[in-house]
Amino acid sequence: MSLDLPLIWTCIIAVAVLLYVMLDGFDLGIGILFPFAGSPAERDVMMNTVAPVWDGNETWLVLGGGGLFAAFPLAFAALMPALYIPITAMLLSLILRGVAFEFRLHGRRQARAFWTGAFAVGSLGATLAQGLVLGGFIQGVSLRNGRFAGAAFDWLTPYAVLVAAGLVAGYALLGASWLIWRTKDALHDRARRWAWSALASVALLLLAVSIATLFVHPRIAMRWGEHEGRVDLLQLARLSPIPILGAAGLGISGLGLLRRAHGWPFAGAVLVFISGYLGLAAGFFPDIVPYSMTFRQAANADNALALMLIAVVVLLPAIIGYSLWVYWIFRGKVTPDAGYH
Amino acid sequence: MHFDALLLSRLQFAFTIAFHIIFPSFTIGLASFLAVLEGLWLATKNDTFKLLYLFWVKIFAISFGMGVVTGVVISYEIGTNWSAFAAAAAPVIGPLLAFEVLTAFFLEASFLGVMLFGWRKVGPKLHFASTSLVAFGTVVSAFWIISANSWMQDPSGFTTLHDGTLRATDWARVIFSPTFPIRLIHMILAAFLTTSLVVGAASAWRLLKEPSEEQSELALRMAIGMFAIVAPLQLLAGDASGKWVLQAQPAKLAAIEAFWDTKPSQAFHIAAWPDRASASNRWELSIPKLGSLITAGDVNARVQGLKAFAPADRPPVAVVFWAFRVMVGLGVAMIALGFWGAFLVWRGVLVHSPLFLRACVAMGPAGFLAVVAGWIVAEVGRQPFVIYGVLRTDQALSPVSGGEVSVSLLSFMMIYAVIFSFGVLYILRLIAKGPVAGGLEPAPAMARPPGYALAALADEPERDG
Repeated sequence: MSLDLPLIWTCIIAVAVLLYVMLDGFDLGIGILFPFAGSPAERDVMMNTVAPVWDGNETWLVLGGGGLFAAFPLAFAALMPALYIPITAMLLSLILRGVAFEFRLHGRRQARAFWTGAFAVGSLGATLAQGLVLGGFIQGVSLRNGRFAGAAFDWLTPYAVLVAAGLVAGYALLGASWLIWRTKDALHDRARRWAWSALASVALLLLAVSIATLFVHPRIAMRWGEHEGRVDLLQLARLSPIPILGAAGLGISGLGLLRRAHGWPFAGAVLVFISGYLGLAAGFFPDIVPYSMTFRQAANADNALALMLIAVVVLLPAIIGYSLWVYWIFRGKVTPDAGYH
Repeated sequence: MHFDALLLSRLQFAFTIAFHIIFPSFTIGLASFLAVLEGLWLATKNDTFKLLYLFWVKIFAISFGMGVVTGVVISYEIGTNWSAFAAAAAPVIGPLLAFEVLTAFFLEASFLGVMLFGWRKVGPKLHFASTSLVAFGTVVSAFWIISANSWMQDPSGFTTLHDGTLRATDWARVIFSPTFPIRLIHMILAAFLTTSLVVGAASAWRLLKEPSEEQSELALRMAIGMFAIVAPLQLLAGDASGKWVLQAQPAKLAAIEAFWDTKPSQAFHIAAWPDRASASNRWELSIPKLGSLITAGDVNARVQGLKAFAPADRPPVAVVFWAFRVMVGLGVAMIALGFWGAFLVWRGVLVHSPLFLRACVAMGPAGFLAVVAGWIVAEVGRQPFVIYGVLRTDQALSPVSGGEVSVSLLSFMMIYAVIFSFGVLYILRLIAKGPVAGGLEPAPAMARPPGYALAALADEPERDG
């Protein structure tokens, strides 16, 4: 039996990126919500809810990027130069956000306020940059002989800006609902209010992005059943579980908020992200560089993919196991008076 | 000099990776030091070890965080600035970098959380296991990255297909390329040396302020024990590594020694002013015949000079020549410091020698300088190739413009200057407070909220946070 290695690796990279988006999504969401906290002590608690896990969460980004390099080097080589500016902006923002976890503890007075600001600005900047990367990616990348042949600002379009705004709202929803789950008292109540605003923004922007995406490329509209002005209902029905999942996620989050549930708003937000992710992927699959290169064309040599697959089969279950263990260790509500350590 | 995308990308990569390498070369050794301290505390129940652990783990957290965020940059720069290299090299070294993520990065990142925040969440043994796993992860990470870099220095176990793409033919020879074992030893020893010099410098600084601080005296003794043994070993490892350079990269060796003509009984140049335009040293201070002895182990050995290579295939000479001398000069100073310290410990007069303590403080940054200098020798000496003999650096570039790269380079320089200044400030501030100030309670590392019983004792009022 021979394995379809490029397809398996497409799934692995896709899962790594999805896990990154959801896991670092709530970390970054907390940074986005940082300016709205009621007091420095609330900010301490907000940061403490993710301090032990953010580094592991960000590692999924390294697996996504490093994995793309190792498994689909031609896609990596085509996409990174095309998205040079937003990728660099993302890296710089993640640096500010990452060091702020430690530096904010050591700074005094102005420096502490500076790192509080850096955490918020870094989180928001990284989110916007990721949204622009995503928007630029879905719009498609022009290649010549497998190399990026466009201009430096090709990614900067109203569509990409809309996607970036949607991602900010989405991460804010993940962050707020994470805080509902992991905090108590005044911060918990505040997080509920944030979650309502974020949920409303997500619902609106998700709808706007979904409609706008249909007009980005003819293939996307065709995938969703539109062909020369006519709608193929059967085709649409086949993909309908994706928007239904998104609507269900929004509903679960909203109902969870109404009934003052602690975990359900976060679970709903996760479903919304899965739905959005699948919905976008349905438009460009099997391309890995939209409308220019399929995942098969971009795939690394079979012997490299096979070797790495062995490592993944052995190591990924272990990684997921000990990551879950770390989350389990740090489970429960985080409060200011109990201290974290 | 024309500042095009190629030169700017090279400057950016050199800057970002030289900045990044500072942190791993410190945290690799520091993680092991912490594991040893925690292990000794568990074994002896001597609270001095725990005090030292809780002190150094704070410095570790700052350094490791800076290493992580600057490391993510490198993995993406391969694509943003060196996409042609990425496409060419991935069939062979792609798996090596993927293994680094899978075997090391997740391990380090996950157990770091337990190490820093888990004191009251897990038992002492599980905590010690977490520290040990982080320490293990740092070494595994070094294993893969040095493996990939060694392959780029002396590629083996691959073939070039008709269309010019590379294919691995023997993974064992890709991972364990000929120069890899000795270069890995050289790097790990460098990391341990760097850490012990920093621990030595911090402890000596403490003892100059507080001569009776027993924790710092113990840490200084441990540091001396480490660099007194490792510095001489590093000289041997470096020499063995140099012997490989003679075989695998003769042009690099010729640049290191500023040999221009191929001849027997090469002189050793203590100092020189190499000039590529005239293909000679404008000026040199030499010892006859010693050059052949040092590089080839025989005073009569015939050693290739740079003129044996086409001008387009010669690496920059002056940079490589001088970086090598900085590295070796610092290494000799480390060996001297080790002997001096060992002598003082033997005589039992360690804390009574302010001169030695000051020398330890002065040598604190020596490991970082030597690591960066050694990295310059390895990477600049490999030019004009990025994969030696296979891919030239000017063919590895992405289709990016000079404008984009100049903006990104300037941004990196500004942000790195800020985080470096604050990182160093916070580490120095921790050292100034000393290990006793932190106490035995595992860290109110988090700021104390208002209403906390001890909030009144906060040493600085907070304006905002």
